[in-house]
Amino acid sequence: MTINLSISPRRTPAPPPGTIGIGQPEPVASPAFRENAKRQLQNTQMRKNLRHATTTIRNKRLLRVAEVPNWEEVRSAGAALKDRIGRHLDKYLAQAEENLTKAGAHVHWARDAEEANRIITGIVKSKGVDEVVKIKSMVTQEIEMNEALEAAGIAAWETDLAELIVQLGHDRPSHILVPAIHRNREEVREIFNKEMGQYGTPPPDKMSNDPPILAGAARRHLREKFLRAKVGISGSNMVICDTGTVCIVESEGNGRMCLTLPETLISVVGVEKVIPTFDDLEVFMKLLPRSSTAERMNPYTSMWTGTTDGDGPQELHVVFVDNGRTNALADPEGRSALRCIRCSACMNICPIFERVGGHAYGSVYPGPIGIILTPQMRGINSAIDKSLPYASTLCCACADACPVKIPIPDIIVHLRNKIADKKKHDMHPHLEPTVMVPVNWMFNSAKHFEFVQKAVSFAAGTALKNTDYLGPMPWPASPWTRARDIPAPPAESFRQWWKKNRGGRR
Amino acid sequence: MSSRDVIFSRIRTALADVPNLEPEQDIPLNWEYGKPLPLPDVLETFVQNCLDYKAEVERVPAAKVPEAITKMLKEHKVRTMVVPAGIDDGWRKAAEKGGVKLIDDDPPKTHQELNEIDAVMTASRVGIADTGTIVLDHVADQGRRALSLVPDLHLCVIRADQVVSDVPEAVQRLKPSVQAGQPLTWISGPSATSDIELSRVEGVHGPRNLLIILAE
Repeated sequence: MTINLSISPRRTPAPPPGTIGIGQPEPVASPAFRENAKRQLQNTQMRKNLRHATTTIRNKRLLRVAEVPNWEEVRSAGAALKDRIGRHLDKYLAQAEENLTKAGAHVHWARDAEEANRIITGIVKSKGVDEVVKIKSMVTQEIEMNEALEAAGIAAWETDLAELIVQLGHDRPSHILVPAIHRNREEVREIFNKEMGQYGTPPPDKMSNDPPILAGAARRHLREKFLRAKVGISGSNMVICDTGTVCIVESEGNGRMCLTLPETLISVVGVEKVIPTFDDLEVFMKLLPRSSTAERMNPYTSMWTGTTDGDGPQELHVVFVDNGRTNALADPEGRSALRCIRCSACMNICPIFERVGGHAYGSVYPGPIGIILTPQMRGINSAIDKSLPYASTLCCACADACPVKIPIPDIIVHLRNKIADKKKHDMHPHLEPTVMVPVNWMFNSAKHFEFVQKAVSFAAGTALKNTDYLGPMPWPASPWTRARDIPAPPAESFRQWWKKNRGGRR
Repeated sequence: MSSRDVIFSRIRTALADVPNLEPEQDIPLNWEYGKPLPLPDVLETFVQNCLDYKAEVERVPAAKVPEAITKMLKEHKVRTMVVPAGIDDGWRKAAEKGGVKLIDDDPPKTHQELNEIDAVMTASRVGIADTGTIVLDHVADQGRRALSLVPDLHLCVIRADQVVSDVPEAVQRLKPSVQAGQPLTWISGPSATSDIELSRVEGVHGPRNLLIILAE
C-alpha cells in the first residue's frame, strides 16, 4: 500500500462529495428531484424534525405578520423597491461602488464563483493568515467558498450555530435560514461530542441534549476562534447605495463578533442586494425579521459605513458577485425572482419542502424560491435543474407568504414552458409535449371537449362500474398515476346534466 | 475588458426591454416614509416588548437612574465593568457605589482582556417601541462596538425622549449618525438562536444579559 504524503490533512471537516453550488466548473451531478425526493422521504427522522420545525415557524409568522396593520402596503413597497433596483441595477451598483469607495472600502467585482473565490483567497493570503471566521451567508455557500479556501490551506470556521452543526456533521445545509433544520437535539449532541474536540475547545463532559446547553457548548468552542481571528468574512443583507452602508441582520451575535473583532473584513454580496436609500431600510427592516424568524425584530443588526477609527476592522472589502444573476435578470418574466430577500417564508410554508427537506433540491437554494432561482442562475441543462420547476403542486401558498410578492407559481409555470420547449427543440422524445398535443386538441373547441367527455363517461359507465377511483395506469399515464389516484369519471357530465335538466339554456 | 465592465455590460444587455426613465418614474412608490405608528402608550409598549425579548427593564424618573444602576449591578453580582470614555459621571459613581470596579477603555483593551470583564455600561441613541429594540450609534457615551459585545452583561440607559414608536421613525432619527460615518448596532433582547428545532434559546455569542434602564 502506498500513501500519498503530498496531500496535506484538511483543516476543516470535509463536506459530502458533489456540489450544490452555483457557477461551479464541474457539471452538477445530482439526480433529478424525483429520485432525490424518494430517497429523502425514507428518512422518517428528518421528516419528523422538519414537520415540527416548519409548523412552529409558520404559525409564529402568521402571528407576527398580523400585528402589522399595513402589512400588505409594506409588502407592495418592498416589491416595488426591489423592481426599481432590478430594472436600474447598473445605475444603483455604480452609486454603491462610488459611496463604498468614498467611505474607505475596497470594491471588487466577480463574474462567477471561481473569480469570487480567487479574489477572496487572494485577500486572505495577503494577510498571511491560515484561518478566517465567517458569518452564515447564502452567497458564500453558493460559490462554495469554504472548499476553495480549504484548497488554499485556509480554514474557514462557520460561526452560526446551525452552520457549525452542518460543518461539524460533514453535512450540507438544508434550509437557507436554519441550515440544520433537518437535525434534532439528540443528533446535534452526538455531532458535537464526536467532532468538536478535534477542531478546538471540546464540549463539556456528559453534555445533555438541552438546546441551551448545546448553544453554550458552541459559545465556548467558538469564543477562542473569535478572539484570535485576523480576517472575517460575511455576506450582506443590504448594501445601501446613497450612503455606502453595509448591513447584516442576525440573531446570535456571531455576526457581530466576525464584523467587529478581526482587522480585515471581506463582505461578499450578490449584485441584486443593493437598496437605493437609507430611508428604504424601514421597509425591509419591517419585512425581513417577521418573515424569516417570525420575530418583531431579530436580536442583532449591524451597519457600517466604511471604517471607523479605533472601532472594528480597519480594512474593508466588498466583493460584488454576479454568478448567474444577470441570466435571471435577462428574462422579463423570471427576473422578479431577484427580489428575494432570503427570508425563507416560502419554504416554511411549502408542502413539498416540508416532506422532502432541502437536500432533495440539489441546490443551495431549496424550496419554492430555489426551484425558480436555481434553474435561472444555473441554466436548465442538468437533470436536477430541469426537474426543479416540477417540485411544486402550484398550491400558491408561497406567493401569499412572500414578503416581496414574488409571483413564484407564475415563474414556475413559465420555467416549465421553457423546459418543455427546450426538450422539443433538442428533439428529445418527451412525454409532456406529446401528451399536450391531444390535450390541446381537446381544450381547443367545445365540440372536441364534449366528444372526449362522452367517450370517457361511456367507458366509465361500462368498464368501471364498481370503482370510485383509478389507481396506477399503464404507460403513458404511469409516471403521473404512480403517486396519484384519479377519481373515476362520472357516468354523466355537468354538460349532459345541464342539457337534460335545464334544456341546454345558456 | 475588466470583470466590472463585463458585469455592467451583462446588466445593460439583460435590461434592454426597460424604458430609459429615472428609476423613480419607471417604478413609482406608494409609500410615506418615516410615518409613526399610532400607539396608545409608546413607552409602555417599549417596556413590554423589551421584556418579551427577555431583557430586564427598569422604568425610573431621570433622577433615579444612578439608584437603578447600583441596584441592577448588585443583583447581577457584577464585579468588573468596562465603560466608554463619554459615559455620564453620575452613572460611573453609581456603579462604583455598587462595589463594581470600573475599567476605562484607555488604552483600548485587547479582545482577551474584554473577555475577562463581567459587564459593560452604555448610553444609546434610539429605542423602538413596536419591536423592543435599542440602537447604538457608538459615539463617546456608547464606545466602540467590541465593548458592548464581548462582556456577558450589557447595561444600557435610554432616555424617554429617545424612544420612538416604530422602525420608520427610528430610521429617520438614525440618518444623521450614518451620514456622519458612525456604525450602528440594533439590539433586540439578549443574544438568541432558534437553530435547534426552531425553539428560541437566549444566550449564544453576544451578551447573555441585557439590562435596560428607561429614564423619564
